[in-house]
Amino acid sequence: MGAIEEFEKVIAGRHQYAQEWKQKNGGKVVGWLCTYVPEEIIYAAGMLPVRILGSHETQDVTDAYISTIYCPFCRDVLAQGLKGRYSYLDGIVHARSCVHIRNTFVNWKNHVPIDFTYLMFMPAHVQSPRAKPFLTKEYRDFKEALEVWNGKPISHDALNKAIEVYNTNRRLMKQVYELRKNVNPPITGAEAMKMVIAGQLMDKEEHNRLLRLLIEELPSRRSEREAGPRLMLIGSEMDDIEFVRLVEGLGATFVIDEHCSGTRYFWDEVSPEGDPLAAIAARYIDRIPCPPKDWPERRRLPFILKLAKEYNVQGVLLYQQKFCDPHEFDIPALQQMFKANNIPTLFLEFDVTVPWGQFRTRVEAFLETIALELV
Amino acid sequence: MTVEAKYKTKPLDCWKRAKELVLEHYMNIAKAKEQAKLLVSGCAASCLALPAGLGDFVFMGGEPYGAMVAHDPSFSIQAMEAAEARGYARDMCGYMRNYLGSMFLDKYYFTGGPWPKADFCFGRSFCDAGHASWYRAVHEYEGIPYFCYDEPQGFNWSGSAEQKMEYLAGQLFDGIEWMERVTGRKYDDEKLIEALKNFFRTEALWGEVCLLNAAIPAPLDLKSMLSLMPISMLRRHEKCAVDFMLTLRDEVKDRIANGIAAVATERCRLATNAPPPWSFLKMFRYFEGYGVCFVGTLVYTINSGEVKFLDDGTVVPAVPPEERGWPLMKDRESAVRTLVRWLFEHPFGFHVEWDRYLVSIARHWKVDGMALFLNRGCPLMNTGLQDSKRALQEAGIPATIYEGNFADCRDVDEALIVDRMETFLEGLGVSRLAVS
Repeated sequence: MGAIEEFEKVIAGRHQYAQEWKQKNGGKVVGWLCTYVPEEIIYAAGMLPVRILGSHETQDVTDAYISTIYCPFCRDVLAQGLKGRYSYLDGIVHARSCVHIRNTFVNWKNHVPIDFTYLMFMPAHVQSPRAKPFLTKEYRDFKEALEVWNGKPISHDALNKAIEVYNTNRRLMKQVYELRKNVNPPITGAEAMKMVIAGQLMDKEEHNRLLRLLIEELPSRRSEREAGPRLMLIGSEMDDIEFVRLVEGLGATFVIDEHCSGTRYFWDEVSPEGDPLAAIAARYIDRIPCPPKDWPERRRLPFILKLAKEYNVQGVLLYQQKFCDPHEFDIPALQQMFKANNIPTLFLEFDVTVPWGQFRTRVEAFLETIALELV
Repeated sequence: MTVEAKYKTKPLDCWKRAKELVLEHYMNIAKAKEQAKLLVSGCAASCLALPAGLGDFVFMGGEPYGAMVAHDPSFSIQAMEAAEARGYARDMCGYMRNYLGSMFLDKYYFTGGPWPKADFCFGRSFCDAGHASWYRAVHEYEGIPYFCYDEPQGFNWSGSAEQKMEYLAGQLFDGIEWMERVTGRKYDDEKLIEALKNFFRTEALWGEVCLLNAAIPAPLDLKSMLSLMPISMLRRHEKCAVDFMLTLRDEVKDRIANGIAAVATERCRLATNAPPPWSFLKMFRYFEGYGVCFVGTLVYTINSGEVKFLDDGTVVPAVPPEERGWPLMKDRESAVRTLVRWLFEHPFGFHVEWDRYLVSIARHWKVDGMALFLNRGCPLMNTGLQDSKRALQEAGIPATIYEGNFADCRDVDEALIVDRMETFLEGLGVSRLAVS
């Protein structure tokens, strides 16, 4: 089985994977809700951090807890907890990002049986010089809480090792992404998404092994498909692999992305320094910001534009989770920025399920527009 | 034909003064430049006393402006559409769309004249949905400097409190230095201390006024309180707000002593959790026809006000720092740290127990029921609303949820709200009063 098939297997069997890991390693499995959670610290504790994702099914179990004005992702995630699909989790951790997913955490804590919960105060004022020293202290508290819960200390060496494993993971994924700059990328957007999402669901060292395998496979990969227009996918949480596959099936390729199941998750590394907690804190403060942390000056938009140019993007798909206020704030600026740079955009609003019929028409029209522009 | 009154009633003596203070504030915003005052725009639910050290200033709080505009659908819709035309989605905060839309239209609601351009924005990352981004939009559009500090609403964060307070204090010190740099003015710590004294006193007094509404009959009704609250929300750093709140408090006590009701037919007391649908305030008058008096809203008791929720379930007025035996404010360091401690220990601060507060205040106000408002467009206020309803019901307090939008009249189905409330009242055994 090739690497991509392995990724698919992990994604489809995520719950089984985590339970088997538990049985094999005897460690705890900790679910996390937002990419600002410092996974390295959880990993250093000998635990398996796994991202909690939705299932893209309609549901009605969350209406008694979260009203429908909250984003579909946060409701879909809570639904998984309420339905007992994550009953094997030993703990759940959230680092402050947006009020929507925080609502999921609060409801999970109050209504889904779980042993350990932790709500981390991740600063929003990441541009303040106070943010790093503050977050370092918050991480000390978090480390201590994990140690007390787990009954084992987390050593300096374990933290440094975790940093190394995670940095390797990020580097390897960036290596794969580098190949997507090719005129004919050896990997589709859907496959790249599988790679990243699988990494959020499995042991990082195992993921690294598969990434190395993928990097070996890719140069000799011959694709029969035409790459078509080069697209960029921008949004918040995005794990709708099927949607990406369907768009690419219309004759385009997603060559790059900026969302929290893509580059925003892994692009920035930890720069090791004396205190590993301080090093980890610096990484999460300095990483590409999520919109609720991108002020007073914007850092996210310049990064996006840089990526778009480096990857020779010809069209941008702005993926908007319905009711996601933080990302909605960036939409006008994103549209203006791409217009000023002659890159067409298509705005699509998403729910847990996708109206592919209508979307197909719009995407096809968008791709035709791009084709005309190229001519 | 009239409904038979149960209690005597009369308008508030200080009502005229209240209206003057609010209107004066909004006119001061328009005239700030000609009065040589700094105009600062930002989150009203913030440390808005901080610019006081720069000298005379007027603070334009975005949320109160958005609320006032919301009360006038003809202007609000124009503003909303202007914001939406620039790509701001309809489900985003209505206060923000009213504000940004007015700015894009270059129309200030209170004068019809040009939009008053602030000297700088001083914001607070309050809700993690958009407050910080709101004033970034202003900064970008108007090209004015922008400082924002990070102080979210509490959700019972894990980890120690001390470093969080230190983080907040550090940002406020940085904010003061930043204000000096962008204005070129020397910051006067004595002026900050004076403004903070007013800030704490006004919040404590307004909270006390809200709690006085436990009296039967209630001396104030929510619709009137919503006109009085802006004095605290907008001007709590000014002496005029302290003076007004002292007058108001004394008058409310007098009304209680003399059995003067806000609603002469009071026979059913309701309260709520959130800001109201500002375009539909007449609903409170409508339900007076049932003998319903809305006696308060939790959010405005503790946002621009302060009270203490005790462990035994009672609610008592808060007192300013000097009455708590805290070290006196004597310089910038002690002033800012006193402010941070006040904010941290505030019920709407770092550690929030919303359900407990709702049950406590419902019992304090002796309500017959709670009408919780599901406000589309404000994910912060709706957090845990369903749990709040359950908590109230488990405490034996009837509760219902009605849906709408605090600032977008197009999202307010008045008939639906009336139907929902009438059904709730029917369940409480309350029907429309007979007319004689």
